[in-house]
Amino acid sequence: MPKLKVLLQTVRTIDQGTGKEHGKLSEEYQESVAICQVDPEDMKLIGMREDGNVRITTNFGSVVLRLVKSQAAPHSKIVFIPYGPWASLIMNPETHGTGMPSLKGIPAEIEPALKEKVLSVPDLLKEYYKRE
Amino acid sequence: MPVVSKVTCPVCGSLCDDIEVVVKNNVITDVKNACAVGAAKFLDYSNRKNVKPLVRKNGKLVEVSLSEAVRKSAKILADAVYPIMYGWSSTSCEAIRVGLELAEEVGAVIDNTTTVCHGPSILSVKDVGIASSTLGQLRHRADLIIYWGCNPWSAHPRHVERYTAFSDGRFQKSTWRAYISRLGGALSKKRLRRAINLILRRDAFATPEVTHEIPYTMFQKKRKMVLIDIRRTHSADAADYFLQVEPNKDYELLQAFRMLVADEELEVDQVAGVPVKTLEEIADVMIGCELGIIFFGQGLTMTEGKLRNIDSAISLVRDLNQRTKFLIMPMRGHFNVTGANVVSTWQTGYPFAVDFSQGFPRYNPGETSVIDILCREETDAGLVIASDPVAHFPKKAAQNLVRKPLIVIDPQTTPTSLMADVVFSPAYVGIEAEGTAYRMDHVPLPLKKIVNPPSPCLSEAEILRRILQEVRRLRSKPN
Ligand code: SF4
Repeated sequence: MPKLKVLLQTVRTIDQGTGKEHGKLSEEYQESVAICQVDPEDMKLIGMREDGNVRITTNFGSVVLRLVKSQAAPHSKIVFIPYGPWASLIMNPETHGTGMPSLKGIPAEIEPALKEKVLSVPDLLKEYYKRE
Repeated sequence: MPVVSKVTCPVCGSLCDDIEVVVKNNVITDVKNACAVGAAKFLDYSNRKNVKPLVRKNGKLVEVSLSEAVRKSAKILADAVYPIMYGWSSTSCEAIRVGLELAEEVGAVIDNTTTVCHGPSILSVKDVGIASSTLGQLRHRADLIIYWGCNPWSAHPRHVERYTAFSDGRFQKSTWRAYISRLGGALSKKRLRRAINLILRRDAFATPEVTHEIPYTMFQKKRKMVLIDIRRTHSADAADYFLQVEPNKDYELLQAFRMLVADEELEVDQVAGVPVKTLEEIADVMIGCELGIIFFGQGLTMTEGKLRNIDSAISLVRDLNQRTKFLIMPMRGHFNVTGANVVSTWQTGYPFAVDFSQGFPRYNPGETSVIDILCREETDAGLVIASDPVAHFPKKAAQNLVRKPLIVIDPQTTPTSLMADVVFSPAYVGIEAEGTAYRMDHVPLPLKKIVNPPSPCLSEAEILRRILQEVRRLRSKPN
């Protein structure tokens, strides 16, 4: 499977803003937030088309998201994920003494995950935040 | 149909106060002047799942009376040794004030969302100061508008239209028409490029190369807008020039500008992926403007360097003030995050991450900030208000938050409220309850009550007040 080393940036998008107002359990929210925006050239490198699922892995975790072709290309080897429960799974909690975690510029690896599913919010909560 | 005018939009830090809302039988049927995000809030706010408070019993959240939920919350907070109280940026100043009192009473750490957005900006402002103004000044006078590491089109959709490039000020005219004609030009260029690509059998949709050529409009004596970011967002279309910086290289770029503004030579060909010649020209535009402003976002605060990036941006503005007039302002996200800082500061002396565990306010971000406390697993209870840390905190911090008793005050059902032990559904401030909020430039604005909340939803301030009363009652009882 082709893997690609990238830099991960978490961002805000307008769809995420409106999706959030529709409710965080809504389909709109998942559609607009559980995505990974990739440069078209990088899509070729991992042999992926739009709307396929990809797995993104950092030192802090791994998550499956829907791939979306970036409208803001070129930004070779940089991928963008909107803030939300999916992005949080792979964020760096280190605050370097500022109180603020490192949410941008995180080294990551991205690979096709066509057979895997994007977790819904309830499933994600069950899997990662289940109370003991 | 009754129209309520001059409504303040309780969504983002732009706090637009020209919204018109049409109300019919206590239901909002139409909204005018708001952007897509603001309109979505006014029109969809009422789809809340619960109106009654919920308490977790046998692993399930079940509806209970308000007094039971208040009692349970007060008990959680009164029993805790080191509780955290987090959120606050999407609620009213009145609620924040009661929250601070409650935090002092129970010896909690009270922190607001600043900690994960502009915390570094505040740390930096303490170190080097800041030259800022109100948005009204900028609307009327600014002729060079720089957005750095932010995307107003998505995060503050009406910012450009109301306060900067597209607003018609007294001394500066809107650049809206120029933008429309530029857009037309860009579209025909795009079509032409696709046609050429097709003829030459190249990838028809290949993306264009980034240009480092500065357009002539940048040298004209009129209002202009520059966007500096790591990718070409929609905001870049509205700008006269888009400067693409390499990720995590903002500090280098800022320092390069500082050298150029001080007439020093740069002995390299490019900085942060931008040719020095381009930087020199932009530095000239900066020096040549009448009043410049840098708006910065999380592209500066969250990337490598964090607060040092802001130090450097503020220092650049200070240097520029030797040659012309220049100001700088953080683009604050949530509608009352500025208010959370202001109220916290006038009550405790500190803007965020305030620790009351020793009976007096103590502040040391990195130690008393929630992410750090959660990652060190030090807390034993939490109260979250109008915020969704489970969705937005790094996994490790969120996991440690939901492991302990958790109270959530939020009208929306969120990943955090689904994990809570007590959930209150308050009235939406700015729609169902009134209050006060601070715009990103520190101007306080009133939030209106437009419709009545469903029973028994109370305002956030009132819920906190009742919890505080109950805590005091519990603590006054002899053990
Ligand atoms: S820009 Fe912000 S405050 Fe203004 S209408 Fe849009 S969401 Fe509301």
